[in-house]
Amino acid sequence: MERDYSKMQRPNDVYFFATCLVDLFCPEAGMDAIQLLEREGIRVHFPENQTCCGQPAYTSGYADEARAVAKVQLDLFPNDWPVVVPSGSCAGMMRHHYPTLFAGDAALQAKAEALSARVFELTEFLVKVLKVNWKGSGKPAKLTLHTSCSARREMGTHLHARELLGQLAGVEVLQQSHESECCGFGGTFAVRQPAISAAMAGDKADALKETGAEKFVSADGGCLMNIDGTLEKRRDSFRGQHLASFLWQQTQGEKR
Amino acid sequence: MSTQPLQFVPGSEFKRRAAEVVANPFLRKSFRGAMDFLMAKRAAQFPDPELLERQRTLAEHIRRYSLSRLPQLLEQLEANLVKNGVKVHWAETPDEANAIILGICREHGAELMVKGKSMVSEEVELNHAMEQNGIEALESDMGEYIVQLAGEKPSHIIMPAIHKTKQQIAKLFEEKVPGVSYTEDVDALIQVGRDVLRKKFMDADIGLSGVNFAVAETGTLCLVENEGNGRMCTTVPDVHIAITGIEKVVEKLEHVVPLYGLLTRSATGQAITTYFNVITGPRRNGEKDGPKEMHLVLVDNGRTQAFADEQLRQTLQCIRCGACMNHCPVYTRIGGHAYGTTYPGPIGEIISPHMMGLAATHVLPGASTLCGACGEVCPVKIPIPDLLIRLREEATHDAKPGHAPLVGQGAGKSTFASLAYKGFAFLYSRPALYRTFAWAATRFRFLTPSNQAGWTVTRTPLKPAAKSLRELLAERRK
Repeated sequence: MERDYSKMQRPNDVYFFATCLVDLFCPEAGMDAIQLLEREGIRVHFPENQTCCGQPAYTSGYADEARAVAKVQLDLFPNDWPVVVPSGSCAGMMRHHYPTLFAGDAALQAKAEALSARVFELTEFLVKVLKVNWKGSGKPAKLTLHTSCSARREMGTHLHARELLGQLAGVEVLQQSHESECCGFGGTFAVRQPAISAAMAGDKADALKETGAEKFVSADGGCLMNIDGTLEKRRDSFRGQHLASFLWQQTQGEKR
Repeated sequence: MSTQPLQFVPGSEFKRRAAEVVANPFLRKSFRGAMDFLMAKRAAQFPDPELLERQRTLAEHIRRYSLSRLPQLLEQLEANLVKNGVKVHWAETPDEANAIILGICREHGAELMVKGKSMVSEEVELNHAMEQNGIEALESDMGEYIVQLAGEKPSHIIMPAIHKTKQQIAKLFEEKVPGVSYTEDVDALIQVGRDVLRKKFMDADIGLSGVNFAVAETGTLCLVENEGNGRMCTTVPDVHIAITGIEKVVEKLEHVVPLYGLLTRSATGQAITTYFNVITGPRRNGEKDGPKEMHLVLVDNGRTQAFADEQLRQTLQCIRCGACMNHCPVYTRIGGHAYGTTYPGPIGEIISPHMMGLAATHVLPGASTLCGACGEVCPVKIPIPDLLIRLREEATHDAKPGHAPLVGQGAGKSTFASLAYKGFAFLYSRPALYRTFAWAATRFRFLTPSNQAGWTVTRTPLKPAAKSLRELLAERRK
C-alpha cells in the first residue's frame, strides 16, 4: 500500500477522474475538488470520455462487464500526468484491481499497471504530492470524519484526510465509536441484503451523530449517499458533506 | 439431547434469518458487546503493527509452503503416524468419516463417546450420526456442551455459545440437568458442567478430539485448548480418535510455534492457552496413562476442490482463529446461525461453497460489503475479499474454458442480474451514450422512481443532481 512519494515532482497538470457517483449525484464536490487543485497552481484536465471505473460489476463477480467499462478508462489518460480521484474506493479499484482485471492480456495489463502507478486519491495527492499547508479561514466547526473502507484499507487515506483537517484553524474533529467499521454500503450489497445494510448504516449514523458534531465529512460518495439517505429517511437534520467541499469552504481566500 | 442436522439454506432463507436477528435489539446488543470485547482483547496482544505484519507474513509463508507440498506432507504424516502406532483413515465425504468412526466404535462395543472441541466433527455432523446409531456423543467443551444441551449448533467456531446469555444458560441447566436449580453464578454453572463431565470422562469408551496442527516430520498431533477437557478426551478413554481436515498438516514442529502464537492471540487475545497437547501416538509399553489405541481420520469434504485452484487454495491457509468473524460487521449484526453453515462469517463464506456446493451456498459470498476488515486481521493473510469476489463470479457464471467447474458452479445465475450488468457495461463503455444518459437523467430527475428496491427501505431515494459535473465544467468554460 505504501508508495514512495519522495521522488515525486510537483506536476503542472493532472487528470481528474470524477467517478460516476460524483458526476451524477454530487457534482458540486467534484467542482470543489477541482478548485482546490487549481488554487495550488495545477492545470486540471477532465477527460470528457470518462464514465465509471467498473467497480460495481467487478465486485459483483461480473469481470467481463467490468473489463469492458474499465478498458474505456484506460484510454483516457495519454499524458504521463497524475490521475486524481475524489473517492477512495474508485481510486482503489484503479490502483489495485485494474492490473489483476487485465491479467491475461499483456498489452492491456501493461497499460493498467502504468495507470495504477499514477492514480491518487484526492486527499493523498493534496498531502503527499502537493504538500499543501493550509491555515483555515472558515468559521469554527465541530465535525467527525467517516472514512470509507476501501479508502482506509486500500489507500490509507484516513490519515491524509485527518492531516488536512488538522491544518484548519477552528476545526475540531471529534472521534466516533467504531470508526473503522463499514457503513454498510458495499455497492450492490445495500440492495441485495437490505436488512443487514440498513442495520449497519443505522449504527454508523448513530455513532457519527453521538459525537455531538454538527456534521460529518467523508471523501467517498457511496458512504455519503448511504448514511445521508438513512438520516433523511429518519427525518434527522444531521448530514454529511464531501470532504472536498468542506475543505474548499474552510480555505476560502487562501493562496498557494 | 438431539442435534438437528444442518439445513439447506437458500438465499431467501439467509435473508429472512438475518432480518430476524437484525430486528432483535437484545441479540444485536449482545453480539456487539461480545465482538467488541474480543476485538479489544486481540488488539491488546498486538501493540506493534510492524511486528504483527512480520509475524503474519511468516505465518502466511508457513501455511503456503505447507499447502504447496500438501500431498507429500500427508504421505509423510501418515507414514510417521503409523510408525508411532496410530491408525490413519482417509475420508472423502462426511458420510465416509462418520462410517469410519462408527466402525471403530462398533469394534469396541462403544456406547459413550466424549468429545473435545472439533469443528470438523461439526462439519461432518458426527453427533447426529452417532446418535442415529445409538451411541451417545457428549460434548465436553463448556460452550459446546451448552449448545448441545440446547439442541443447537455452534454460532462461532471458537466460542460456540457466544449467542447465549448467562440467564439463558442458567435456565437451560435448570431444565436439562437433573438436580440443578437456577443460578446465574457463572462459577456455579461451570461447576455443574464439570461435575457432569468428570464422570463421563471416566465412563467413556471413546475420546474424540480435533487437531490444530499435524506435524508430518514427527507424526505429531497438536491440540490447543483452555479447559483441560481436550487432555481428558485424549488421555482417559481407552481409544482416542482424532479428526481433522487434510489442510492442517505442517512439515516441522518448528512451524507450529509461530502459528500457535498467532492463533491464540488472534482468537481470544491470549498469549498462550492453558493447555497445549502434543500427541505422538498411543500409550507405549511401560507408560501409565494415555489411550491404548489411537486413530486419525483425515477429512477432505471439498478441500481438494479448493486445493486444485491456485487462488482458491488460499482458503486452506486458515488456522481457524475466528478473528475474521469477530471483526466482521455483518457477523456482528447477524451472529453465526443465520449463515446456516458449520463455519459462519467471512471464512465460512469462502470455505462453505467447497464443502456444501454453490447450489446451497451461492448467496454467502455476497453477504459481505467487501470492507476488508477480515483480510486485515487474518493471521495467515488470506485475501478474503478477493476470494469472495472470485466466488461471486463462479456462482453466477459457467466455468471458464480450461477450468473444472466447482460443485454447484453457476447456481446463483440470475437473468435479471446478468441483464443488469450487461446493460451497465453497454452504457458505461460508450462515453457518448453515457453523456446522453447523464444529460437525460439530470433533466428528467423528477422522474426518478421513489421506490428503489432494497435501497429505499431505510433510505430516501437516490436522485441525480440538476446538472452533472461535466455540464457544470462546460458552463464554467463559457
